[in-house]
Amino acid sequence: MNGMSKIVKTMSGVVFPLAVIFGLYVIAHGHLTPGGGFQGGAVVASACVMIMIAYGSIWTMKKIKEKHLSIFESLGALGFIGLAFFGLIFGSVFFYNFMANTGNFLGIFGDQVAFESTAANINTAGVLPLMNFAVGLKVIAGLFAIVLVMAYATNKSKGGDIE
Amino acid sequence: MSKRNLAAYIFFAIVAVCLIFTAIGTHNFGYPSETDMDQYIIDNTQEEVGANNAVTSVVFDYRGFDTLGEATVLFAAVAGVIILFRRLKK
Repeated sequence: MNGMSKIVKTMSGVVFPLAVIFGLYVIAHGHLTPGGGFQGGAVVASACVMIMIAYGSIWTMKKIKEKHLSIFESLGALGFIGLAFFGLIFGSVFFYNFMANTGNFLGIFGDQVAFESTAANINTAGVLPLMNFAVGLKVIAGLFAIVLVMAYATNKSKGGDIE
Repeated sequence: MSKRNLAAYIFFAIVAVCLIFTAIGTHNFGYPSETDMDQYIIDNTQEEVGANNAVTSVVFDYRGFDTLGEATVLFAAVAGVIILFRRLKK
């Protein structure tokens, strides 16, 4: 119930923001550099699991319930499918990239890229960054919910105070 | 026929019509070959999608349905785990 020692708690608190920032960077630059929603989401979920191991699953379950994680995961899935259906509405087909290379929607993510090895421009690729964000939210909430629920259930069923 | 069955039939008919039109509009079997697809994606990713990362443009644009399936698998896994461990909480 008390989690691990004070050293582990402090150091996990120091490392946690760095890991979260790195994971969000991987998600946000998914259309420019290697990585994307799945990979960055796994990094952020790993950081959250590190906090859960250090402080204990019961403490973590008091802070955030798996109900709220389910809401976030469903929001990510709905955003992903909603963007795909917007392709059907604004473009021609399901999953059509209706924001790429156009001035539509205030030119958000609509810059063109020349066919060469250009410098990274984050304002490109249409719906790809938005889909990366949706999938990233889904993976963060989903993986963290899986680990949190399993750890909490085993902890409760054993009746012990480890983790 | 209940309302729920009627709605299911209508949804099924819409999806079937969409799939039939998609099947009519696709290429012939065996065309384009695999190497053609590789070269097409390498040549046209930056012009069509506008992304510098060709892998992400394949995952989220050219093969969007594959990513939708992966997201569905993750959703099913999370739902299964939460349902399985729900009884142990109280």
